[in-house]
Amino acid sequence: MLNFLLSRLARAFLTIMLVMTFAFVVLRLSGDPAMVMLGPDAPKDAVDAFRARWGLNDPIWQQYLAYLTQILTFDFGVSMRDQSPAIDLVLERIPATLALTIPALILKVGIGIPAGVYAALHRESIADRGVIMMSIFGFTIPSFVLGLVLVLIFAVTLDWLPSGGQDTWRHAILPIATMSVGGIGILARFSRSAMIEVLGQPYIRTAMAKGLPWRDVVWKHALRNAAVPIVTLVGFMVGALIAGAVVVESIFSWPGVGRLIVVSVSNRDLAVVQCLLLVIASSMVIANLFVDLAYGLLDPRLRHKSAAH
Amino acid sequence: MTDATLTAPRPGIITRMRLKMPFLVVLSSGWIIAMVLVAIFADLLRPYEITQMNLSARLVPMGTPGHLLGTDELGRDMLSRLIQSIRVSLVIAFGATILSALFGTTLGFLAAQFRGWVEHVVMALADFQAALPFMIMSLAVLAFFGSSMVLLVCLMGFYGWERYARIARGLAISASAQGYAAAVVQLGAKPSRVYLRHILPNVASTLIVSMTLTFPEIILMESGLSFLGLGVQPPQTSLGNLVGFGREYLTRAPWIMLAPSVVIVLTTLSISLLGDWLRDRLDPTIR
Repeated sequence: MLNFLLSRLARAFLTIMLVMTFAFVVLRLSGDPAMVMLGPDAPKDAVDAFRARWGLNDPIWQQYLAYLTQILTFDFGVSMRDQSPAIDLVLERIPATLALTIPALILKVGIGIPAGVYAALHRESIADRGVIMMSIFGFTIPSFVLGLVLVLIFAVTLDWLPSGGQDTWRHAILPIATMSVGGIGILARFSRSAMIEVLGQPYIRTAMAKGLPWRDVVWKHALRNAAVPIVTLVGFMVGALIAGAVVVESIFSWPGVGRLIVVSVSNRDLAVVQCLLLVIASSMVIANLFVDLAYGLLDPRLRHKSAAH
Repeated sequence: MTDATLTAPRPGIITRMRLKMPFLVVLSSGWIIAMVLVAIFADLLRPYEITQMNLSARLVPMGTPGHLLGTDELGRDMLSRLIQSIRVSLVIAFGATILSALFGTTLGFLAAQFRGWVEHVVMALADFQAALPFMIMSLAVLAFFGSSMVLLVCLMGFYGWERYARIARGLAISASAQGYAAAVVQLGAKPSRVYLRHILPNVASTLIVSMTLTFPEIILMESGLSFLGLGVQPPQTSLGNLVGFGREYLTRAPWIMLAPSVVIVLTTLSISLLGDWLRDRLDPTIR
C-alpha cells in the first residue's frame, strides 16, 4: 500500500511540474515576456524593472529555477488590468463557480447513476431505450447550443427565468441545468455498461446460485463491483469542479472562474491565465490522486497491480 | 426478470439499435456524406459571397425567397455562411483528427519499441495531457500566441493524442508478444518495417474507431472556442462562430443561431452513431 501511495504521489508531483514547465515554455516561446506581459506600450523603465524582477537577463536554466521558486511561494505576478495579485483574482472567483458546479455534480450523480443502473437491470425495456436515447442526446448536444435553446425557451419565450447574471438563486437554475445534461448522459451510459458487464460475471451467477435474494445480489455484489469504474469517472468530474464550465459561465454571464479565463485570454492578461492554468491543473491532479487512493480502497486487487506498473 | 439480466452482455448500446434499425446508421452515413460534399463543393453551392452585404435585407427570417435561411444584421446570406462554416469546421476537424492520430500513434509505437525511459516520458506526457482540461490548455495557448487558423489546427491536433498513444503502445506491446511480429523480426526486418507493414495493419481498426470518437469531440471543442470568440476569427467563419454570433440576436433573429446548431448536433450525432456501429463491427478488443 505504501508503494502504491508513493508512486501515485510521485506521478501527481511530476504532472504538476510538467504543467508549470508547459506554462514557462509557452510564455518564453511567445516572444519577449516583458513585452508580452506588460504590453507593447509599456514604458522603458517598467520593462527594465520587469526584466530585473523576473531575471530575464540570466541564463535560461536560472530563469526556470527562479520561476519555479516564485510559483512555489505562491507568487504568480499581478494582473495587467488592476495590478492586484493574480492569485487573489482567481481565488475570489472560485465560490461563484462552485455554486454552479457542485449542484450540477449532485444532479449528474443523483440522476445519471440511478438511471444507468436501472436501465442495466431492465434491459430491453422501454425505460432502457429511453435512457439510451436521452444519454446519446445528452452528450452529443454541445453546451452552448443547449444553453441558448434553454434561454430561448425559458427566458425569452416563457419569461419564467432570468437569462443571465447572478443576483438570486433563480439565476442559477438555467446554468446548472445546462451543465448537468451532458454529465448525466455520460454517467448514465457509463454506469449502464459497467453494470451490464458486472452482471455478466461468474460471481453474480454464483451469488444467485447460492440462493441470495435478487436485492442482495444487486446491492452487495453487482453495485459494489460496478462502483470501481464509476468512481473514477465521478472523480474526474470532481477534479473539473474548479475549471467549471467555461462556455456555460460565458453564456449566462456568471462571474466565475470560467468567465475569468475567457476575459483574461481576450485581454491577454497572462499573469492571470498562467495562475489559472496552475490552479486548475493542481485541482485536477489532486482530485485524481484521491480517486486513485479511493480506487485502491474499493478494489484491493488494484493496489498490487498499480504499484507494479 | 432475473433470467433476462443474466444473459451474456452483448456488444455496445448501439448494436441493439442497429439490429432494430440499421436505418439510423444509413441515415447517419448519408448525413456525413452530404456534409463532406457540402464542404468539398462549398464554392459552387453557396449562392452569395460570405461577406456580401445587402443592407436592404437585414435580419430577414428563414424562408425568404433568395435567402432560404434568412440573413444576419448586415444582410449577409446565412445559407452561404453556413455552407462556408461547414467547410471550415470540417477541414479543421479532419486535419486535427489526422494530426492527433499520427502524433499519438507514433509516440505510442516509439514507447513500445524502446521501452525504458522513452516509455516513461511518453506516459508522463500522456498523464499531463489527461490532467489538464483541453479547453483550459487551448485557451492558455491562444492567450499567449493570439488566434490564427494554423495555430488552431495544430492545437486541435493535440486533442486526444494521449488516447492513441496509450492504445497504440498497448496494442504494439501485445502484438510483439505474438508470433507474427517476432517472426518478421527474426527474418531481419527493420523496426520501421515491422511497425508500418505488420503491426499497424493489425491495430488499425481500433485506431480508426478511436478516430471516429475523437472527431465529434474536436468539432465540439473547435466550435466551443469559436463560440467564445477565441477560435476561428472573422471574416472567416465556422459553425461555432455562427452560433456565438447568433447569441447576440437570440431574441430578434433566432434563426441565425438555430441552423448552425442543428448542423453541429446532427453531425456529431451521426459520427457518434457511425463510430459506435463501427466499433461493434471492427474492434476485436471490445467483443
